[in-house]
Amino acid sequence: MSVLELRALSKSFGGVHAVRDVSFAIGKGEFLAMIGPNGAGKSTCFNMINGQLKPDSGEILCDGRNIAGLAPRDIWRLGVGRTFQVAATFGSMTVIENVQMALISHGREIYRLWRPAASHHRARALELLAHVGMEAAADRPSRELAYGDVKRVELAIALANDPKLLLMDEPTAGMGTSERHGLIELVKRLVVERGISVLFTEHSMDVVFAFADRIIVLARGQLIADGDAATIRDNPQVREVYFGTGKTFAGASA
Amino acid sequence: MTLNAFLFQVLNGLSSASGLFLIAAGLSLIFGVTRIVNLAHGSLYMLGTYIAYTFATKIGGVTGFWGGIVATALIVGALGAAIEFVLLRRIYRAPELFQLLATFALVLVINDFALWLWGPTDLLGPRAPGFRGAVEILGRRLPSYDLFLIVIGPLVLLALHLTLTRTRFGRLIRAATQDREMVGALGVNQAVLFTSVFALGAALAGLGGALQIAREPANLATDLIALGDAFVVVVVGGMGSIPGAYLAAVIIAEVKALCVGIGTVDFGFVTINFSKFTLVAEFLVMAIVLIARPYGLLGKAQGAVRSIAEPEEPLRPATPLLKAFGVAVLAVLVCLPLLAQSSPYVLVLGIDVLIAVIFATSLHFIMGPGGMHSFGHAAYFGLGAYGAALLVKWLAWPMGAALVAAPVLAVAGALLFGWFAVRLSGVYLAMLTLAFAQIVWAAVFQWEGFTGGSNGVIGVWPPPPFDKSWVYFLLTLALAVAAVLLLRRFLFAPFGYAMRAGRDSPLRAEAIGIDVKRVHWLGFAIAGLVCGVAGGLFAFAKGSISPETIHINRSIDGLVMVLLGGVQTLTGPIAGASVFALLQDTVMRQTEYWRALMGAIILLLVLTFPQGIVGAFASLWRRMGGRT
Amino acid sequence: MSNAMLSVESLSAWYGAARILYDLSFEVGRGEVVALMGRNGAGKSTTMKAIMGLIAQRQGKVVFNDADISKLEPYQIARRGLGFTPEDRRIFSDLTVLENLDIGRQPPRQFPDGAPAPLWTPERLFALFPNLAEMQDRPGGRMSGGEQQMLTVARTLMGNPLLVLLDEPSEGVAPLIVEQMANTIVELKKEGLSILLSEQNIHFAQLVSDRVYVLEKGQIQWHGTMAQLSASPDIQRAYLTV
Repeated sequence: MSVLELRALSKSFGGVHAVRDVSFAIGKGEFLAMIGPNGAGKSTCFNMINGQLKPDSGEILCDGRNIAGLAPRDIWRLGVGRTFQVAATFGSMTVIENVQMALISHGREIYRLWRPAASHHRARALELLAHVGMEAAADRPSRELAYGDVKRVELAIALANDPKLLLMDEPTAGMGTSERHGLIELVKRLVVERGISVLFTEHSMDVVFAFADRIIVLARGQLIADGDAATIRDNPQVREVYFGTGKTFAGASA
Repeated sequence: MTLNAFLFQVLNGLSSASGLFLIAAGLSLIFGVTRIVNLAHGSLYMLGTYIAYTFATKIGGVTGFWGGIVATALIVGALGAAIEFVLLRRIYRAPELFQLLATFALVLVINDFALWLWGPTDLLGPRAPGFRGAVEILGRRLPSYDLFLIVIGPLVLLALHLTLTRTRFGRLIRAATQDREMVGALGVNQAVLFTSVFALGAALAGLGGALQIAREPANLATDLIALGDAFVVVVVGGMGSIPGAYLAAVIIAEVKALCVGIGTVDFGFVTINFSKFTLVAEFLVMAIVLIARPYGLLGKAQGAVRSIAEPEEPLRPATPLLKAFGVAVLAVLVCLPLLAQSSPYVLVLGIDVLIAVIFATSLHFIMGPGGMHSFGHAAYFGLGAYGAALLVKWLAWPMGAALVAAPVLAVAGALLFGWFAVRLSGVYLAMLTLAFAQIVWAAVFQWEGFTGGSNGVIGVWPPPPFDKSWVYFLLTLALAVAAVLLLRRFLFAPFGYAMRAGRDSPLRAEAIGIDVKRVHWLGFAIAGLVCGVAGGLFAFAKGSISPETIHINRSIDGLVMVLLGGVQTLTGPIAGASVFALLQDTVMRQTEYWRALMGAIILLLVLTFPQGIVGAFASLWRRMGGRT
Repeated sequence: MSNAMLSVESLSAWYGAARILYDLSFEVGRGEVVALMGRNGAGKSTTMKAIMGLIAQRQGKVVFNDADISKLEPYQIARRGLGFTPEDRRIFSDLTVLENLDIGRQPPRQFPDGAPAPLWTPERLFALFPNLAEMQDRPGGRMSGGEQQMLTVARTLMGNPLLVLLDEPSEGVAPLIVEQMANTIVELKKEGLSILLSEQNIHFAQLVSDRVYVLEKGQIQWHGTMAQLSASPDIQRAYLTV
């Protein structure tokens, strides 16, 4: 049973096909990596799923319902969470307030004008921070955090509405190797525990090969390969458009 | 209207469009490269008219007129370069709002300078040598000078377009518009580039103003009118797009010309004088364009403008010390009527200060936590004040009912204007709110039969017992305390957090289900509501209200109050408003040229604390050993 | 020290009240490719920006081509032949490829010994980056990340630099592009250019660099040749955590 299914999704900008006829599905609890050259249409695909872009044609089925063209906030309410390539938190708030904000929104309490926000969902927010190992920093201003920690807080925010699908755009961009693995291990553990599916894009092949259950490859807006790590690694077309000889990353056997 | 009359008005509109285009193009160019919205751009335009008038009348003849126009453009261009060199260069790293304040200070200084040099009366220039006659077109006589103006606009457009696309200078301008720091890192001397762009923009404004002397008199009110028009044109055309500016100038000028052309129409049941609706028509065009294309006709969605986000501390509840201080201040204020029995003026001043506090706190509500830099908060003040005054005048409502109605009217205006404003951000929002406030002001000013025009509304006195100043003072105090505490409460509640979330990171906020536009819209409405209370109180405190009291100056006063106190603290606007209102009362009544004095004070403030007052303290701390 | 093209002595930098760099000293010789390595947030980009004069609050001495440039404006530094390609590329998205190149254009230049620095023209750059040749009139904003990465390097080369600061050339681009970038750096080194590179990807750094400085929390923790770093897994684990 798939959590999300793309059917013949297409989008063009000024006559240029950014995404052409892309179809794939994500199963429940699956850790799916989307890779491909820069400009292959990964971000466009992502932004259509999360609602920032409206597809020209095709369907995006979430639990059988077509969500193509809905606003990002409505898609979030259907249980599709996301993290950003450049991690974003609310800089003027503390770490826990960031998470509380998401919980307040989840509880549809945004328009409350009286009881202080700080008294809303504090226990639940602490619990979420504990899951990502950030409970000790709960009352620190979020803008003071190191980048890796911001990514963790973002994850806690994304988990606030018990998503069934998490979209992660280059989750490890701008991180060192050990931080990379630490973060992805954490994500993997959380999603396995909760049965969340994850769709992520990534340029760090060590991460992709080590963690993804399945890999799909986009090139020039089209899906050119879909399979497990071994299949993708040995696919000559993927090698040609994306990997090259593989000498700039570990894990791709020559 | 016949077809011929219609086409004739179209030609008329085209000739007005050229002037609009010249000033808007300069504004757009300067903003693109320096990221400064030059509020003094209308003033440069006005100076152009005055200087060209002087040449045309003192020297006279062909040389005086045509040579004068060219010389005016050069002089105003040089003045622009000087402004950039002496003033703006020092504040490029300052927060956006400080830059706007600095250029507004120039508006005040230049206006008083023109008053001092040329006097208060309108000055009409001579007719243009060589274009004194008229051409018969479509059975009507069109001044040949208008035909000349029709040609000038497209010519300048073509020249600018070629400069921007075919020359290295133009490419540098376009590159710097996107990333001036990177242009510098590639070996381009930005300082020279900035000065020359500012000079070019100023020269265009000066030229635009100079060309008007054969059509319209030089007038001291031109500066803000031209600025408002230029804002509308730039917003409609799309920031940074020169062809867009021309297109928008044509559309706006045509709509205005047609309104005038239609004149008074009798619909049988009602008679409407369309020529009174030129400003409303301008607003409607802008509204329609912004609904369809939020970045203007030919504008593009701007990437995030590189700006130094100012770190803001998380909100913390009031400390016991602050609470105690607040209670102490309140106690003193409640006792003020007793303490001030010998000098009743203290209470009058006290009422002014409290009204300023409500005004500034409501502005801060959207400016600080909402991140919406409204340059037109006077609109809601005006709607409240005029609403209350007109209800008393026409319907003889009692004060209580009028004071309740004031915020209701203000909130209606805030909901209407805010709906558009929250679709923009940054300087676009500032421009739009300013344009809205100008429209409210113009409506009040032009609708003489209803609002009393420039005379305003008089005789709005509070009934007993509120006619005693100590009673009215206590009423104002009660409302001010309620407003301040209520807004504070909202900011600590989920709504206030959602507003800040939308400001800190709109994308992230949307991604956790927050409808940012809606939240900010409601925030805008709440601020308008509270501001309306201030307006209503003001009308009854003064017993009258005139267009002057709701002019753009009041909007800017609000900004100065908020910045003076510090935009990042909740108590800041209270302190800022109090200091400002007292300062204004004592200092500003000393001289006829108080505008210039006011401008000088703002400039001093901006130049002394270019990083803002908070930033100044931070760097002071570092110099004192924070580095070691 | 006269052999050094770039020599940095006790460089420190601050963002607001936060100190980012602590008394860094290092040098880059003529024709040498030197890598600054370290984790994210270690101070690599800040070092480059501080050398380039893009950080207002900085202290220390930066000598480039025998002249002290530590008090100069960025444009003055660029005009002395120090090129900078930022990690976020900063392509002028409204300008075409050719126009982007034109912004970077500077007059021909010589090394102190009178030898001419490599002279770059759009034609030569298109030979180096064939992808760019196919899209000369395309606006920068409509290029992919990898193409932008090449354009940002090409744009810097238009200034005929003696030394290039190359900030994270492999970040966020596909492996194939990373490989092309490595080949380009090797080409540039052959032309006689000096390069200071910031990098997290050790596989990439190994392909191109002669020497390495490892940064951690704004301080240099280790330096040596690339061969030494490759041979010491301990250091890699301690600072780069491969």
